Amino acid sequence: MRSICFYFQVHQPMRLRSYRFFDIGEKHDYFDDLNNAQIMRKVAQKNYLPMNSLLLDLIHEYGSAFKVSFSISGTALDQFEAYAPDVLESFKRLAETGQVEFLAETYSHSLSALKSKQEFTSQVKEQAAKIESLFGQRPSTFRNTELIYSDEIGALVADLGYDVMLTEGAKHVMGWRSPNYLYTNAINPKLKLLLKNFQLSDDIAFRFSQQSWKEWPLTTEKFVGWLNQINPKEEVINLFMDYETFGEHQWAETGIFDFMKALPARVFSHSDFTFNTPLELGQTLQAVAPIHVPYPISWADEERDLTAWLGNELQDEAFDKLYALEEKVRQCDDPQIHHDWLYLQTSDHFYYMCTKWFSDGDVHKYFNPYGTPYEAFINYMNVLSDFIIRVEKNTTYGKDIAGQIKETAVKLAEKTGQLAKRKAKQASASVKKTVDKSKDIKFDDIKNLSNAAVKKLIHEVDVETLGIALKDAESEITGKILPNLGKRAKKQYEDLQTEMKKVSKSDINKYRREVESKLQKLFKKK
Amino acid sequence: MRVLMFGWEFPPHITGGLGTACYGITKGLVKQGTEVIFVVPKAYGDEDTKAAQIKSASEVPFDLKDEEYKEYWSKIKYLEVGSNIIPYVSPEEFSRNMEKNVKTGVEFKSNVFSKYYKFSGKYTSNLMEEVARYALIASALSLKEDYDVIHAHDWLTYPAGIAAKQSSGKKLVVHMHATEFDRTGGNVNQQVYEIERQGMEVADSVITVSDLTRNLVIEKYGIDPAKVITIHNAVDQNYRKKAQHIKKNYDEKLVTFLGRITFQKGPEYFIEAANKVLKKDPKVRFAMAGSGDMLVKMIKHVARLKIADKFHFTGFLEGNDVDHIFAMSDVFVMPSVSEPFGIVPLEAMRSNVPVIISKQSGVAEILHHALKIDFWDIDAMADSIYGLCHYEGLSKMFRKYGKQEVENLKWEDAAKKIINVYQNLLIR
Repeated sequence: MRSICFYFQVHQPMRLRSYRFFDIGEKHDYFDDLNNAQIMRKVAQKNYLPMNSLLLDLIHEYGSAFKVSFSISGTALDQFEAYAPDVLESFKRLAETGQVEFLAETYSHSLSALKSKQEFTSQVKEQAAKIESLFGQRPSTFRNTELIYSDEIGALVADLGYDVMLTEGAKHVMGWRSPNYLYTNAINPKLKLLLKNFQLSDDIAFRFSQQSWKEWPLTTEKFVGWLNQINPKEEVINLFMDYETFGEHQWAETGIFDFMKALPARVFSHSDFTFNTPLELGQTLQAVAPIHVPYPISWADEERDLTAWLGNELQDEAFDKLYALEEKVRQCDDPQIHHDWLYLQTSDHFYYMCTKWFSDGDVHKYFNPYGTPYEAFINYMNVLSDFIIRVEKNTTYGKDIAGQIKETAVKLAEKTGQLAKRKAKQASASVKKTVDKSKDIKFDDIKNLSNAAVKKLIHEVDVETLGIALKDAESEITGKILPNLGKRAKKQYEDLQTEMKKVSKSDINKYRREVESKLQKLFKKK
Repeated sequence: MRVLMFGWEFPPHITGGLGTACYGITKGLVKQGTEVIFVVPKAYGDEDTKAAQIKSASEVPFDLKDEEYKEYWSKIKYLEVGSNIIPYVSPEEFSRNMEKNVKTGVEFKSNVFSKYYKFSGKYTSNLMEEVARYALIASALSLKEDYDVIHAHDWLTYPAGIAAKQSSGKKLVVHMHATEFDRTGGNVNQQVYEIERQGMEVADSVITVSDLTRNLVIEKYGIDPAKVITIHNAVDQNYRKKAQHIKKNYDEKLVTFLGRITFQKGPEYFIEAANKVLKKDPKVRFAMAGSGDMLVKMIKHVARLKIADKFHFTGFLEGNDVDHIFAMSDVFVMPSVSEPFGIVPLEAMRSNVPVIISKQSGVAEILHHALKIDFWDIDAMADSIYGLCHYEGLSKMFRKYGKQEVENLKWEDAAKKIINVYQNLLIR
């Protein structure tokens, strides 16, 4: 019993509009809605809708014997929701059959695995949640953007709880080994790896309509014949390809739909192969060995490396400047910024900046809205420059609010403290003053005494003493005492004043001191 | 007096300094009462069109801002000769473009990043042949006209000027806006050099746009100094102030380069200076406006220096966009390696933008309120940029006096000197 595992990649980027230098700081709509909608409608008509209905028919015809798997990027799902709800519906109908597995990937089909664990993790979670909400199944198989894989990325994916991951059966990694077995990650053997059989996959995806190919035209007889030639011990043939192969890269006129329609019947009648999903294979197959991939591989081009997206100075500059923002974006509270942040990470933006096909890039031109990689770079950097301004503003804004609150709190605390200190100081000063006053209270201080105190004094000092002491005293002092004298004492005092003609200064002072000592005795604080 | 003028580019499609100067001179002349028969090469892209079209000036889509000149339009007779020749192009580039055009069968599309001219497949892809063909048609055409003097601008029209002189016997003035040495940095195309030299030899008077160019013409082309006179360019005073309310929506200062992105204009020195400034002060942005054969190299260079988030490429700009970018700019830099004159800094100053210009430019001879540096001295360039961005006193002074200065550089005055040249020839 051997398996065929079909995995189809469904992805559409959010293409940028032509964003000019003058738009920087002025306009924040980056995406070409009209163009994106048109492309989505075109691909929906030529590819998604007819192929989905073909697959649905096959599943209805063969039941659980025919299975496929899909990975659909978040940016594609968002565009289905916006421009092609009919396509989304048809995927839901496929999901309902139970014969279709949906895989997890990064939400925006990004290269985040190469740059940031945190960003990668959050995008995978967001994508998985979206798949679950739309198709009612939580993905347990992972495939990274463009099948990019390394030991480290695999270990990271295993940490996220995925059991199976798909990648390329790149020649330089496989050496003499066959991709037609289940392998494991070199760091964490819990993660099972399914490797693309690029020979047979590309026979369908790339060579199907190539008339210069010696095997053209490709028939199901021929294809199943090749499957039967494979060593019977080999367990799984992984046919991984872009879903857009059907009707978009290979037009309907090439017969690609007829081929796919007829393939299962031929497989069932002329071979012992079955169709299985990655999840099933991870559970049923025994892994044969770990695969060591120290440097990232992908499914792109002859090199099977990252040079389609990263490596030239344009790509590296754009990529580094974008991810330099990661921390700041995380601090932003504007949902639109997070939205744009995701869409700006889509790998296609960097693919457009690739210079390696500049001379002969006809195949790639098909996917590229820009005339040259330089235009792609400038347009992207213009958008990114505006995005940076927004992020800076938003984060600074956030900082300001927090800063202001903090500042106010500090100020308030300071003020309260100062106030308290001042009050305490005042209080202690007034206490001290009173104490001081009572300690060396002087005759002159009588003018500051309250009437009650004056009365108390009068009570203690006889009128004669008082009369002499008050001789030639300041009017303020006499004015304080006289009103407080009783009628009799007043008379006595006045008599005394008329009797007293000449009193020596020293006598007056002597009597004043006597009053003073009385005062000090009277008002001394304990 | 009537002048037969072999010129370039009339509004609204002016793509460079040569077109601007021709237009300014023509306006200045007609304002002084001179009549002008203006002949330009133009590709129609339409196989059935006659070799030449005579248009009344009112048919030419003049810029509406030029209301002031409306009354003088009757003095201009405008002739278009069907031809592919275009300003600012080397013979090699010309045939490359033409062959590409013929091969693909599509006209060059204009996009944000480049400005292409219309080419018509019915003309030859060899520039020299095309120049000769243009000269023939233009001179034949001019035989039907009546004029006193012939005035040809830059080498591509010299053969036409010479042919007209030979057939009519009238005096010829050639106007050197740029020499082959300026355009190529010394890697001179001998054929072009020869046409320039011949034009000046045959001419009765040679006008150079600066003393810099005058010296070059005398030294490298061996032209008799007695017949070479410098008349500096000017700047259009009838300036649209509409754009001046435009404000940029970010805090950073904007430092601008505007010109063809070619060896002659020194774009790489601007990038190096930008890099130096950005290392010290990230609160500055740079814009490189224009297009040219070094654009791709410059984009790569900026990416390699990792300053692409602060250094922007706008592509080719014309009309409103030029006013727009000046209104946003805090500093304008013209780091030309070799610039016979350089009108753009005057346009920047007119828009209240302080300018830094290379000492290797003709305009440096007449400007006082501009910072002048050697094009290769990126440290001085960075210093000047930093200073104008940060020291308000300095930039304020440059804005104020610079504006006053350019307001006194009028095309009428340049035209008066040109008329003087004509008159001296006619007296003889």
